[in-house]
Amino acid sequence: MNLTLHVWRQSGPKDKGKLETYPAKGISPDMSFLEMLDEVNEELIKTGKQAIVFDHDCREGICGMCSQVINGKAHGGQDRTTVCQLHMRSFKDGDEIFIEPWRARAFPVIKDLIVDRQALDTIMQAGGYVSCHTGGVPDGNAHPIGKPVADYAMDAAECIGCGACVAGCPNSSAMLFTSAKVAQLAVLPQGMHEAKSRVMNMTEALQAEGFGNCTNHLECEVSCPKGISVKFIAKLNREYMKAIVS
Amino acid sequence: MILDGKTPTGPIEKTWDKHRFDMKLVNPSNKRKYKILVVGTGLAGGAAAASLGELGYNVEAFCYQDSSRRAHSIAAQGGINAAKNYPNDGDSIYRLFYDTIKGGDFRAREADVWRLSQVSNNIIDQCVAQGVPFARDYAGYLDNRSFGGAQVSRTFFARGQTGQQLLLGAYSALSRQVKAGTVKMNERTEMLDLVVVDGVAKGITCRDMVTGEIKSYWGDAVILATGGYVNVFYLSTNAMGCSVTAAWKAAKKGAFMANPCYTQIHPTCIPQTGDHQSKLTLMSESLRNDGRCWVPKKKEDCDKAPGDVPEEDRDYYLERKYPSFGNLAPRDIASRAAKEQCDDERGVGPGKRGVYLDYATAIERVGEHTIKERYGNLFEMYEKITDENAYKRPMRIYPAPHYSMGGLWVDYNLMSNVPGLFVLGEANFSVHGANRLGASALMQGLADGYFVIPYTIAGYLATVKPGTVTDEHPAFKESKEQVQAEIDKMLNIKGKKTVSELHRELGKVMWEDVGMARSESSLKHALQRIPEIREEFWNNVNVSGSGTELNQQLENAGRLADFLEFGEVLATDALHREESCGGHFRTEHQTDDGEATRDDENFAYVGAWEFKGNDKAPELHKEPLKFDNVHLAVRSYK
Repeated sequence: MNLTLHVWRQSGPKDKGKLETYPAKGISPDMSFLEMLDEVNEELIKTGKQAIVFDHDCREGICGMCSQVINGKAHGGQDRTTVCQLHMRSFKDGDEIFIEPWRARAFPVIKDLIVDRQALDTIMQAGGYVSCHTGGVPDGNAHPIGKPVADYAMDAAECIGCGACVAGCPNSSAMLFTSAKVAQLAVLPQGMHEAKSRVMNMTEALQAEGFGNCTNHLECEVSCPKGISVKFIAKLNREYMKAIVS
Repeated sequence: MILDGKTPTGPIEKTWDKHRFDMKLVNPSNKRKYKILVVGTGLAGGAAAASLGELGYNVEAFCYQDSSRRAHSIAAQGGINAAKNYPNDGDSIYRLFYDTIKGGDFRAREADVWRLSQVSNNIIDQCVAQGVPFARDYAGYLDNRSFGGAQVSRTFFARGQTGQQLLLGAYSALSRQVKAGTVKMNERTEMLDLVVVDGVAKGITCRDMVTGEIKSYWGDAVILATGGYVNVFYLSTNAMGCSVTAAWKAAKKGAFMANPCYTQIHPTCIPQTGDHQSKLTLMSESLRNDGRCWVPKKKEDCDKAPGDVPEEDRDYYLERKYPSFGNLAPRDIASRAAKEQCDDERGVGPGKRGVYLDYATAIERVGEHTIKERYGNLFEMYEKITDENAYKRPMRIYPAPHYSMGGLWVDYNLMSNVPGLFVLGEANFSVHGANRLGASALMQGLADGYFVIPYTIAGYLATVKPGTVTDEHPAFKESKEQVQAEIDKMLNIKGKKTVSELHRELGKVMWEDVGMARSESSLKHALQRIPEIREEFWNNVNVSGSGTELNQQLENAGRLADFLEFGEVLATDALHREESCGGHFRTEHQTDDGEATRDDENFAYVGAWEFKGNDKAPELHKEPLKFDNVHLAVRSYK
């Protein structure tokens, strides 16, 4: 099939950037979206133009590196799908496709479709861990964890840290990202002892990094390629309340 | 040169404990004076950086991704082995040790494998303590599953995302140290040279992938945990950024590359659909617990819909050939068996390079719900890529390059032949021999990072004075100039072929001539073709953009340049190893029914290659392998 792409080109953080139009010809429906961009890049290079840069790595939907807003939707809007797992069979011949980077104050554009997501690491560094030492820990079966609790923790832990929740949120809030880690560790016997300081420190970092607040639009859950539920935001709020009143 | 692995002597079950006691320690107040550079933040590198930072060393870590949470360890699906024996099914440290040595086709060092098996249990405890949500039963205890190459259930898992969860555990430990100020993280930074001063590793030179700045870093020790090299095949299950570059730059500075011909071709990957394809996707080996591999018995049935091939006309070839292990035969064996069926023109799907992995029997036995619970995310992933529903129609799978057992040579302390250079995880050669068993890569990465290097690096550091060489030393300036010159050279070629075109060409040669089956003539052909492609690269590649900006074409060009040198050493190793073992299958060395024939008399050694330049043959150094605890036997899974 033949498509027309409108791609965000921005040479660096200081450049204003603009959409440029490129044809994508002879695209196979079996290609992934990124393979389609690879093809377009090959053409650009051969005609002496600069290739479009975009973040990607594992190309199997787990590393969380790929990050594009396609036709206004983070990761293209297909249910629980990252850009790298989006296939061209979900487009039609003749389609016009708009491709932009994540848009958020906390994610400045580095170049073209690549943004800086270090703010998410900073939130994790504020408390997204159990403070255990290497070695000197009890046997893995010492604290039984019921299956429903283990499953709940796993549901939250599936977050790949791509930032789609931020890109999808009208407030550019990273609440879903933060809450997933807070909730995972708060329910586990290993993590519950630091639950109070964790939720306080992580939400403080969230604000300091320039993310907006959550006003329950729920766009984050829709944008999330792993289907992380907004119920974890409710859990974060409860944990936060517990921390400030006790 | 005969290499010394420095393995401790005495009864094997005491080796690690004795060695830990024998090694020197670094006084707690002196630790912060030592600077350690850790390259790569996957399971091995992330765990090492976190653990060393926590011990009080001054750690600086590097990764090419935008965050230390993204290394390709994250993509491991199935699980991690440990000898816990929770299911009470006969497992023990000795059995895990034995299975790993046998699975590796008797080409690994006994003491290293023993240590791995011994610390495997600590890993599970450590990860649980970090909050890794392993699968549990209703009573709250840890659950296990079976995996290829073992007859006990010793694999711990977190749905189909075990690698992700373990990596996020290591990443959380690392984040804690970054916050504490013991580890400095450098993201989007790619190592492009090892700095060696008077024969000792003292630093690295990197490119800042955002600004293009070439910068050197000094350290009292350098740890490479930079993963494997199977992207030399172009199409593989590795992430796009995985490369041999860091390891190869070290090899060019004198580190030996051991057993590069041991490459693992994973049996359960989604078959290729066309030339546009940029990578192959792996489906966890755990799928073989419930799935049954088959192809039609008759060629003429291959174009039929699978449901139209009657039961009696299906060849469940793994169950037929290996009745005791069946669909759980180790990876190398399962891969070769799939290739055999396709070579026999009984493959299915586009291009006829595929076999079925069928769930009908399992769904009938345990119900679709249970299958969904076990493998739901894998079935979903399969549907996204192929547009086929594997609950209704068997999956199509085909082997793909997945893992490298070979890597930089290290001794028992994980130190390479260049003092001060340590190599962890997939980047070293040490424990998997000629074939890695499933669920043991995660085990090795974390063993090396959490429980081996924190001890063994002290033994080295205690013998050197901290901070004696810093980036003031002229060797650093020289290294930066050399890196810059190579970048400028690539940018100035301005030829006609793109980097990916040339990478595809290399990959095609590697896959066809140095892939699942190798012969003297195919290897000689590869050894003729690789230098030709390399020559063309250096004369006709087109790298767009400049060196002083974010430039992915330049990054890829540099990685390909290294694959084009390394690939030749890989093929040379494969040609010299006149035997079939594990992932290395020489067509000249097989039994009448197509099983690998090892030659223990002549090849029971580690082959470590010293790079001498592109115009000279690499020099082979040997480390003889001794088997005192396991009887060298023909590896049979029948």
